[in-house]
Amino acid sequence: MTIGILASGAYIPRLRLARRAIAETHSWLNPALKGHAKGERAMCNWDEDPVTMAVEAARDALTGRDRSSIAGLHLASTTFPFLDRLNAGIVAAALDLPDEASSLDIAATQRAATSALAAALAGAGETLIVAAEQRRAKAASPIEMAAGDGAAAIVVGEGEPIARLLASATHTADFVDHYRTAESTYDYQWEERWIRDAGYMRIVPPVIGRCLDRAGLKAADVKTFCMPAVLPKVANAVARAAGIPDAAVRDNLHAECGETGAAHPLVMLVAALETAKPGDRILVVGFGQGADALLFEVTEAIAGQPARLGVKGHLARRREETNYTKFLAFNDTIEIERGMRAEVDKLTPLSAMWRNRETVTSFIGGRCKVCGTLQFPKSRICVNPNCNAVDSQEPHSFADKIGRINSYTADRLTYSPSPPACYGMIEFEDGGRWMMDFTDIDADQLAVGQAMRMMFRIKDIDTQRGFRRYFWKAAPAEPDAGRA
Amino acid sequence: MPKGIRDKVVILGMGCSKFGERWDMDASDLMVEAYAEALTDAAIETKQIDAAWLATAIEEQHVGKSAVPLAVALRLPFIPVTRVENYCASGTEAFRGAIYAVASGAADIALALGVEKLKDTGYGGLPQRGRGTLNNMTWPNLSAPGSFAQLAAAYRAKHSSAPQDLKQAMAHISVKSHDNGARNPKAHLRNRITIDTVLNAPMVAEPLGLYDCCGVSDGAACAIVTTPDIAKGLGKRDLVAVKALQVAVSNGLEAQHNSWDGSYLATTRIAAKRAYHEAGIENPRDEINLIEVHDCFSVTELVTMEDLHISPEGTAIRDVLDGFYDSDGTVPCQIDGGLKCFGHPIGASGLRMIYEMYLQMQGRAGERQCKDLPRIGLTHNVGGFPHQNVCSISIIGSHGS
Repeated sequence: MTIGILASGAYIPRLRLARRAIAETHSWLNPALKGHAKGERAMCNWDEDPVTMAVEAARDALTGRDRSSIAGLHLASTTFPFLDRLNAGIVAAALDLPDEASSLDIAATQRAATSALAAALAGAGETLIVAAEQRRAKAASPIEMAAGDGAAAIVVGEGEPIARLLASATHTADFVDHYRTAESTYDYQWEERWIRDAGYMRIVPPVIGRCLDRAGLKAADVKTFCMPAVLPKVANAVARAAGIPDAAVRDNLHAECGETGAAHPLVMLVAALETAKPGDRILVVGFGQGADALLFEVTEAIAGQPARLGVKGHLARRREETNYTKFLAFNDTIEIERGMRAEVDKLTPLSAMWRNRETVTSFIGGRCKVCGTLQFPKSRICVNPNCNAVDSQEPHSFADKIGRINSYTADRLTYSPSPPACYGMIEFEDGGRWMMDFTDIDADQLAVGQAMRMMFRIKDIDTQRGFRRYFWKAAPAEPDAGRA
Repeated sequence: MPKGIRDKVVILGMGCSKFGERWDMDASDLMVEAYAEALTDAAIETKQIDAAWLATAIEEQHVGKSAVPLAVALRLPFIPVTRVENYCASGTEAFRGAIYAVASGAADIALALGVEKLKDTGYGGLPQRGRGTLNNMTWPNLSAPGSFAQLAAAYRAKHSSAPQDLKQAMAHISVKSHDNGARNPKAHLRNRITIDTVLNAPMVAEPLGLYDCCGVSDGAACAIVTTPDIAKGLGKRDLVAVKALQVAVSNGLEAQHNSWDGSYLATTRIAAKRAYHEAGIENPRDEINLIEVHDCFSVTELVTMEDLHISPEGTAIRDVLDGFYDSDGTVPCQIDGGLKCFGHPIGASGLRMIYEMYLQMQGRAGERQCKDLPRIGLTHNVGGFPHQNVCSISIIGSHGS
């Protein structure tokens, strides 16, 4: 058996903020931002965060796969919504992974994802590695321009990998190019030229050298080099220093997505796998307080991957956003008047959440063993008026179903962080329905019969208690167009 | 099938406060305003009342829980008093409690009072009610207009109605109710409007604009009921009796089972059939003279015309535009302005509808009085959301008819 990457997937939020919208707003303060005003950055909708993006990336990677064989989940991010609550536990529940699977949050460095990947490849059973990032940034800061929100997921383990691990190497150094503490909201960053010269150029090439030595390969054997770096041309300079051909340097998706922080090495790797050919050698580097290098060789199995959206498909699932204040409001960078209707207290009943975790987090309803009727949520008495059997329901997942809009509205009265609130009745063809929030939809797309898929999202935020609730929402189901 | 309560209970007296933004009034003041009128009308004293029911839905905005606020406001002499809440159908629920008490013989004279003080929220529109811990986790943040607006989407899809035809009929409904409200001194909204006012109003919840939505009002309404014999003994003539009162409550079918298509209220259709049976009505379109329905939104009124089996399914747009439900039409609907213009103090609304029937049948409705005294009238009071609601229907008529 060979160990390697068994499957890959990604998630990039649909909203893309035009960088010129940021630069124009701040030109009075910092005209130099105009120099960075090209392209767009992915931005989370108000109801997305690293946990929801991780769920969607994982679902993408798990397309067509049996989830019962997953033995572990590693979730990497430096922007976890919870500091003391296992974020991977939320993702595992949303994915309905086996309870016996281990779950780990891996944090605190931009190379969290590559370290998680390397650890999983050391062999601990089939492991799902997910990385997601939503970096907060001060208005008018360089990182606000450079960053993008996104996630990627990789399944590793033994079997017939689409890419096998040839070698890996790592290096730890307390090199502080930027930092954020428990007390600070935003990053504090040092001069870019120093980061490049004393950081990347000194630390990364030797790690690459050791990795190649272990694989018994030369730098020229690298077909694709994936190394995120927000500073322009740094990846090219590192490649040159390591002897890797310039043509191997993979585009960092700056123009259409932005740097997705700790998730970015995996986002770039997943994007590289989408266009890779059998035999291609892909070198992935994560940089942050040292560096990780992982070298993969793509196998014939790459052609047999079931279709998924991946990076390419999610980039195609795009809506341009030119309203910068929306970005500021979604990220709580400005204090916005939300109106008195936002004051409604829906409480945070932790015991009721636990009791109803299958309904709320896993989107599991019921199937009546007597009459076969599907329903959401599950209940003690079957909803079918011709059945009404008692305690006849077995769990039945609705998460991967396509539903259709039966009725809808675009509501401008009720509180929503992004009005109008679009919601309506979703009907599932094989049975079951629920009055649900819609997301990632514009009011003019609403139509009876519109096909909708289910997405894991923030339901609402309890600002009094600092809690966020998650649930499933309906979003327009894209036809297969745009799939990688 | 139970025999029902047809002609077992009559109305002894009724009262209704002025509805509106009653900035200078507490809920207890509104209760007394409605009660004083009802007591005078009934020509009895407080000590003759054996039992009472209080309806209020959003009690956290005004009186708080229990029936105590009613007992205190009216200084009821330590009699049994019950507070009921059944969404916006609470008013009819209180009436049901009172008439059942009389019909059973447990009380000779009973009182039902509904009140709501909605204008202490600090913002326009209905406040959002608590949905319960689990529902909060899965329900959209749906507002009343947002939930009822969906009737339009499903109705259009089912009947292939052109959006502009439906919107036109909805506008006709609102213009008609403003015309009627203008003739009602107790109504909250007394201004006449035009079709264009409705069509050009700001959108609240697609496709409901501002003028497709009813008023949010303070107010109270009160009924005192007794048996026909006691009423006659008190010297009352031309008695107005309860012919039927039916309630149907969603059991999760509409919310969870695909047999409901979203274009109508399943509860209304069922409650109406039961009420007609109880009242002995075979052809409601011909036999009912006056209707007061739960026009929380124009589209609700439109689909209700079909759900009450008065307009055949798919024909309400035509009937509305033909003026069938106008004040001079065959079956006037919302002759008092309805929720739309009389206003919608939730707990009071069901009783306010019955109040209008009572006045009209006695020829006491003033400027808005129907030319021919109605003999059979229907009130329709709904609470909740189209996919999960409580529907109450009463049929009121002259005793013995």
